[in-house]
Amino acid sequence: MLEYKKDGWKAAIALGPTLLLLSVFTFYPIINAVLMAFKQNYVFLGGNYDGIGFGNFVTVLTDPKFLDALKNTSIMVFISVPLTIVISLLLAVALNSVKKFRGFFQTVFFLPYVTNTIALGLVFNVVFHKDYGLFNSIFGLNMVDWLGAGTTYWRAMFVLMVYTIWNGLAFKIIVLLAGLQSIDKQYYQAASVDGASRKRVFGRITVPLLSPMILYVTITSFIGAFKVYTSVIALFGKGSGQAGAYGPDNMLITVVGYIYEKLWASGTPFGVAAAASIILFIIILIITLIQMIVSKKRVHY
Amino acid sequence: MDRELYFDEQQLKKFRIYTIFTKIFTYSFLVLLALFIIIPFYWMIITSLKPTSEVISQNVTFFPKNLNFAAYKEILFGINKIPLFSMYMNTILVGFFTTSLTIVSVIFAAFAFSRLKFKGRELIFSILLMTMMIPGEIFVITNYMTVNILGWSRVPEGAPLIDIIGNYAALILPFVGSVFYTFYLRQTFRQIPNELYLAAKVDGLGDFKYLFRVMVPIAKSTIITIVILSMIGTWNAYVWPSLITANKNLFLVSNGLNEAFRGTIELSGPNSVLNQQMAGSAMVTLPLLIVFFILKDYIMKGVSRSGIKG
Repeated sequence: MLEYKKDGWKAAIALGPTLLLLSVFTFYPIINAVLMAFKQNYVFLGGNYDGIGFGNFVTVLTDPKFLDALKNTSIMVFISVPLTIVISLLLAVALNSVKKFRGFFQTVFFLPYVTNTIALGLVFNVVFHKDYGLFNSIFGLNMVDWLGAGTTYWRAMFVLMVYTIWNGLAFKIIVLLAGLQSIDKQYYQAASVDGASRKRVFGRITVPLLSPMILYVTITSFIGAFKVYTSVIALFGKGSGQAGAYGPDNMLITVVGYIYEKLWASGTPFGVAAAASIILFIIILIITLIQMIVSKKRVHY
Repeated sequence: MDRELYFDEQQLKKFRIYTIFTKIFTYSFLVLLALFIIIPFYWMIITSLKPTSEVISQNVTFFPKNLNFAAYKEILFGINKIPLFSMYMNTILVGFFTTSLTIVSVIFAAFAFSRLKFKGRELIFSILLMTMMIPGEIFVITNYMTVNILGWSRVPEGAPLIDIIGNYAALILPFVGSVFYTFYLRQTFRQIPNELYLAAKVDGLGDFKYLFRVMVPIAKSTIITIVILSMIGTWNAYVWPSLITANKNLFLVSNGLNEAFRGTIELSGPNSVLNQQMAGSAMVTLPLLIVFFILKDYIMKGVSRSGIKG
């Protein structure tokens, strides 16, 4: 056997530049965010602060805007994510069961993945236009305002959900389809010999064998939904840091939107944004852990 | 259908009807959702080609008769033209540097973590993995402060070249060191059999030569996937560029497009520019779609293997 030589200097060359960049733009920001979150009234020019405490967290958690953000994000997470996953699962199964035009449909469903979120947000903005929009025209609605000043909370939320579902299907379908195609055909042949019904085959073979993929897609879409931001900006078309960027009265502000709002607002100490981002991290961590624990019993690896 | 072997005639008939119905149902479902995906694209193109008078007519037309490129002319050369050319160039420039620097960094880092032996390897690697759990918003706050201190943020028009370069660097550098891609490539590198390495050693090939002559060619498809994902990432990047650029000449496609139509949407009567708005969206959407149709198989395979959307 050949012995490994000590590779210390080679590792230093290979890893040095990357670790340097990661230190500046990843490691240090994490540590700094935690520190800032606990510093009261931290001013970043000069680095002065009034002491250490939970003040920033209290500010965030008692801010009605943050509670709004939490509510909006939760609605996205608990309505739009399950809906997207069910639709994409059905689509993946449907795609897997057909031969003709499969490639064509696959390509079509993939398209939203390779489009620009801002550009298609502007398109949805036009599709849901009050006076000249396609949606009102198709459904014979008379000048219903979806995204303008005269909208209501649920109307705007509806458009946001349609847009996020439209945007999110591509990735889930492709991952689930890859999972379906890796299932051994013998299971289906055996079920066919036993005369199992389609429903039974789906419930007893497809879903259990696909469960690792379903879990993966679920976790990533939950995290994605918690981080919704650009789609909201795109739909209302105002841009970060502008008044009404999240709709009239910022009605559709999200948790990430709240963080950036605090970052854009001059005069707000960055500690508040840092505290909000740490709260976001904790929420994501908890949800992920719960899903891991729940799925331990249900996922078949 | 192998199932048909087990049926008598009547059952067979029933089964065939059942199969046909399932097929019709499946295809209707697929067509319906395909329409849901396609219609926004169709609406974008068709609206961008409508003359203004038709866009603001009360009868919304699905299949307009007179189409023209007036809206495109307007956004390219009109009074309120969008700096599309510089938006493309900036995005390509930033995408090119981000991607190539990322690839170099990732190849060396994945190599170190999969092949080299050194003190603290597992420790450093697990710290890296832990950072993958952390939402990017946590980094953005401090990175924003960092580029501000360096003077790389929101550089105004007509600033000295060195500051402009700084602003570009701020668009590129935070995305170069990528834990996810390093992890992804390391997985591929680890599948390369050890025997190849030992054989190369016997032949007197140095570690770095082995990396570029053996490992990189074997991991070609993973590397191509990383290139594709990184380019798509830059084309769609919105949050960070909108935070740190204020200069029209430095806009990427996303924030440039957003900026271009912000004013018109804010005004009470955006109606007359709906076709321009769609022309702008089309100009930002189409280049990536064209690239997608050229590299379709690579992109779809790559995404399904890696499974992320940044």
